[in-house]
Amino acid sequence: MLTHSKRIIRSGYKNFIRSGFTSVASVLIMTITLFVITSLIFVQVALNSSLNDIKEKVDVTVYFVQDTAEADILDVQSALEKLPEVKSVTYTSSEEALNQFKDKHANDYLTLQALDELNGNPLGATLNIKAKDPSQYESISNYFENGDAFSKGALTIIDKVDYHQNKIVIDRLNAIISGAQKLGFVFSFILILISLAITFNTIRLIIYMSREEIGVMRLVGAGKKYIQGPFIVSGVLVGLTSAVVTILLFIPVSIWLGNQMTDFVGINMFTYYKDNFFQLFIIMLVSGVLLGGISSFLAVIRYIKK
Amino acid sequence: MIYFNNVTKKYKDNMSLEDVTFSIAQGEFVSIVGHSGAGKTTLTKLILAEEAPTEGTVFFESTNIHTLSNRDLTNFRRKVGIVFQDFRLLPNRTAYENIAFAMESTGKSDIEIMEDVPHVLELVDLANRAFHFPHQLSGGEKQRLAIARAIITSPELIIADEPTGNLDPTNATEVINILKKINDLGTTVILTTHNKSVIDQLKKRVITLQDGRIIRDEKEGKYMI
Repeated sequence: MLTHSKRIIRSGYKNFIRSGFTSVASVLIMTITLFVITSLIFVQVALNSSLNDIKEKVDVTVYFVQDTAEADILDVQSALEKLPEVKSVTYTSSEEALNQFKDKHANDYLTLQALDELNGNPLGATLNIKAKDPSQYESISNYFENGDAFSKGALTIIDKVDYHQNKIVIDRLNAIISGAQKLGFVFSFILILISLAITFNTIRLIIYMSREEIGVMRLVGAGKKYIQGPFIVSGVLVGLTSAVVTILLFIPVSIWLGNQMTDFVGINMFTYYKDNFFQLFIIMLVSGVLLGGISSFLAVIRYIKK
Repeated sequence: MIYFNNVTKKYKDNMSLEDVTFSIAQGEFVSIVGHSGAGKTTLTKLILAEEAPTEGTVFFESTNIHTLSNRDLTNFRRKVGIVFQDFRLLPNRTAYENIAFAMESTGKSDIEIMEDVPHVLELVDLANRAFHFPHQLSGGEKQRLAIARAIITSPELIIADEPTGNLDPTNATEVINILKKINDLGTTVILTTHNKSVIDQLKKRVITLQDGRIIRDEKEGKYMI
């Protein structure tokens, strides 16, 4: 049994090495498939990261009537922080709001002059609320509609909540996020299916070329497993080699993506690649080995039925 | 050893063998001759169970070879060595490995292989070609390699299907001499050919086929069609 396995592995290895160009061709095709799979992982990661980035930018701001006591505002803040949907609440006093406004318009002389004319601070204090999920802004804003959640008089100090102005944007964003995720999934699925089919067919063609050889092996009296084994080993070797080639290819690719795309997608792909290197390598290795092995197995089986 | 009982083989409407009955005894050297399309190759395919007969039975000793299971068929084929006109060597393996493959598939140990292969290469005069691939060998060398592969497992029967078909007279004679030597050592040999000079110098049993029928079966036959 041991000699048997040893011989099968050795002859599969020799077959892989000696087939030269044919092996190179199948490694190339398999590399393309693994490249597609890895690229799709990258796309998903980038998509998720940029969506998170956008989600971060969505918020609801509560504007308070001018001259509201800070203690009252802090009461509202602590009440909000107790809500399960709320991720964080940031308090900005009216002085801070003014300073931020001035910073923002530092180069806008006209606006600053207009502000001076007003004599005093026209800006009220604000609370900036971030939800755990964009779909939860609605329920947060509902807390302001029925004042029960807050201590008496809280509603009188609130000037406005800008949720309804943002509602359209938030709703649309929600639709885009779930749409993009669904589309991405379907698209990846189809692409992976196509590349699997191409790889399977390439391996089938290569084994088709060996069909006479398989016939000779049968006539010489070789058993099924002994004929099939080396082809499967060769297929597995194609998968292993392709996995290594792909993982190496992605080093420059991810460096380039890191340099070019970090601002755009909100994540440095090279950092991601480095941090998940082992995991990605295992994914490629397993897909390559399974794809090569199973394709070869299925392709040989039709030529050894008697 | 081999018994054909009223064997008929049709390919669609084409009659390839018609009601053929004969037997071959252990240790015989039988030549099967006839024009192309007379049914020689069909006959060898039936013995190897590559094809099944349309009617009739083919026995090897006491077993009907067309009722064998896959595993038993593999075991049966290990008792038969085959030599083809077109050699049918394994292209990605060296001469040594081609022979070793036949031994490996019958489960021989590495030590046996290392002992027997050089010996048989010596026998067919290919010792200095052991590590050449088939495409680096001449036609005669390829055929001698094919014979070496066929005899390495010490089969009870050797089937040589037009082994001289692609060879020049010198190489052809050499191949036939090797087959004769093997037969002298006790192995049954079935040779199909349409090479007149080969048959005439052999002076062995000749079965003549014409249009799928046996028209002559002589103990010390000549090539006559």
